[in-house]
Amino acid sequence: MKLNKMRAVAKKEFKQLLRDKRLLFVIFFFPILLLVVFGYAINFDVQHVKLAVLDRDHSPESRLLLEKLNATVYFDVVKTLDSPSEIDEAINRKIAQAVMVIPPDFSKNVNTPLKDAKLQFVIDGIDGNTATIIKNYVDTFTELYSARLNAKFLNRLGKVITPTISVTPLFEFNPDLRSTVFLLPGLIAMILIVTASVTVALSFVREKEHGTEEQLRVSSLNSIELIIGKSLPFILVSVINAAMVLLAGYLLFGVAVKGSLLLLALAVLIFVIASTALGILVSVISDSQQVAFQLASLISMLPSLILSGFIFPIESMPKIIQLFTNLTPATFFIKAIRAIILKGVGLQNFWPQLVYLSLFPIILFGLSSAITKRKMDRA
Amino acid sequence: MDSIEVNNLTKKFGGFTAVNNVSFKVKRGEIFGFLGANGAGKTTTIKMLCGILTPSSGDALVAGFSVKDQPDMVKRNIGYMSQKFSLYNDLTVSENIEFFGGVYGLESKLFLERKKWALEIAGLRGKEKTITGDLPGGIKQRLALGTAVIHKPQIVFLDEPTSGVDPIARRQFWELINQLAQEDITVIVTTHYLEEAEYCNSLILMDSGEIIARGNVFELKNNYLNKTIYEIECEPTLLTLEILEENNIGDEITMYGNTIHVIAPKKDDVELTIRNALSSQNILLKSVKKIQPTLDDVFVHLLESKNET
Repeated sequence: MKLNKMRAVAKKEFKQLLRDKRLLFVIFFFPILLLVVFGYAINFDVQHVKLAVLDRDHSPESRLLLEKLNATVYFDVVKTLDSPSEIDEAINRKIAQAVMVIPPDFSKNVNTPLKDAKLQFVIDGIDGNTATIIKNYVDTFTELYSARLNAKFLNRLGKVITPTISVTPLFEFNPDLRSTVFLLPGLIAMILIVTASVTVALSFVREKEHGTEEQLRVSSLNSIELIIGKSLPFILVSVINAAMVLLAGYLLFGVAVKGSLLLLALAVLIFVIASTALGILVSVISDSQQVAFQLASLISMLPSLILSGFIFPIESMPKIIQLFTNLTPATFFIKAIRAIILKGVGLQNFWPQLVYLSLFPIILFGLSSAITKRKMDRA
Repeated sequence: MDSIEVNNLTKKFGGFTAVNNVSFKVKRGEIFGFLGANGAGKTTTIKMLCGILTPSSGDALVAGFSVKDQPDMVKRNIGYMSQKFSLYNDLTVSENIEFFGGVYGLESKLFLERKKWALEIAGLRGKEKTITGDLPGGIKQRLALGTAVIHKPQIVFLDEPTSGVDPIARRQFWELINQLAQEDITVIVTTHYLEEAEYCNSLILMDSGEIIARGNVFELKNNYLNKTIYEIECEPTLLTLEILEENNIGDEITMYGNTIHVIAPKKDDVELTIRNALSSQNILLKSVKKIQPTLDDVFVHLLESKNET
């Protein structure tokens, strides 16, 4: 293995990359696109629920209730309805996600001891997840509101009530349960594995298509010098990409890295090498750039999207599917960088992930060289 | 001294034998031609000699190293150029030269000297910054040769280097090959242009993985075609043709423009028979002479007689 030969290959590859404006555009545009899509468009957070109100009480009490509701970040009163017949329309036409009906006897019941005041909520249940969250908001809100009414009522009678038990849940590592925080590590994983494997696969297959691969094989360059030399520029580009996404994540979504940057860089490096190895495996199998592009994007994107725990938690998958999640390096990388970025914990908490991650390049390179050997004997 | 010594080289792909028990020797500084149709086994043989394909059996010594046991040493001592002119089309001329110089690990003094040389033979001095993809075929071809031998190998393999290039560029390329041979570099070249075979010092003809003829051009023309060709110049040609056919002269009679070729077994001297047959007729006989068969004649004959058996 000679360094100067490797440098010659890396230098050439880098020049080709810099001259390939189309590829450069894809490499740097793709992450930004994904960030925007996942950061803004795909948002699991439910806030500012559009609420329509049918107030049949028209009392100071009902108006106060509305005011309080509207003051939270969770609900925005978008429309006041005049009759029950308008409820269906408001939901069907997506004017409102939920309708609150205040019955005519609301103020009367509120002010009568031992009488239940009732409120009706009609929630759009098409998206079950969102509907559940809205219902939780409603529950929490009404509970707090009635507790306050109780306190006021007792106060008026000259009694002071202290709250019995108050639960204040603290969600560790993602206190506001923001989905961007949860998604960012997975997003980095997907961006890295797709860009690295696709660009590396294309670059190797192009040499095959143009006959330069043969020229290189006849030269005294050995395969290690060739693979390292050719992969280096892409590894560098991927690391820059990772830094870019992290920076954007901080600037746009306020996700800061809690743990060690050095450990993060180490995890990124191992993962990028694994992704590069995946690209090389694809290039060994495919004979044209078109096939390589499709194959590389398919086998890098799908598993990292579905199986890695990026969006769907691995713990809630069936046992058999959980086994398959080990097939993509993204699974281990995401676990590791969630630990680093979100929890800020040390190596002792995630070193097994890094070890598993390191197995991928070894297995993938072994597989690639075995396939190459078989192909050469049949060629 | 022999640059290459091939002993019983065989390559099988599954049940198919691409190269079957081939042996030959190539002298240092020789231009050695590989002839044969596509699929004859030329490229497979070359790939084994370059150390990128392992022989199924047999071995070859290339620049003194075994292709079977020391392929890396073989690679270090050879240059290779394929018909694809394997240059990077998106790099400049000078970047291509630098890359191949770097791949062979040339130290800077030697590299600068070789770069100058490569630019010169390609006629690209002052055009170092041109993108290689924009160069015309002939120039690209010479640049590809320059980069293939940037490390001054003892032996260079050229796999159909002149296909897809115009005749003038082809001629210039052969001048370049000659120049290499004069510098004591052994040149192995495959081609299917038979007129190019005339430039080679020594040739082998391959068919279905076997060598079916070998020698220099003179030997090939004289040792493999056991027939004599007579060229008859006369008037009127059509009448002459009819008379010769009536008299059953030779094995084959064909008309070439205003001349007639008679192919006859070597042992019979048919010149007198021809003259006699024509003298009694109303024909103006200008000349009857034996001519050299062309390589085309020889190869067509060899391939056809092989297929018949």
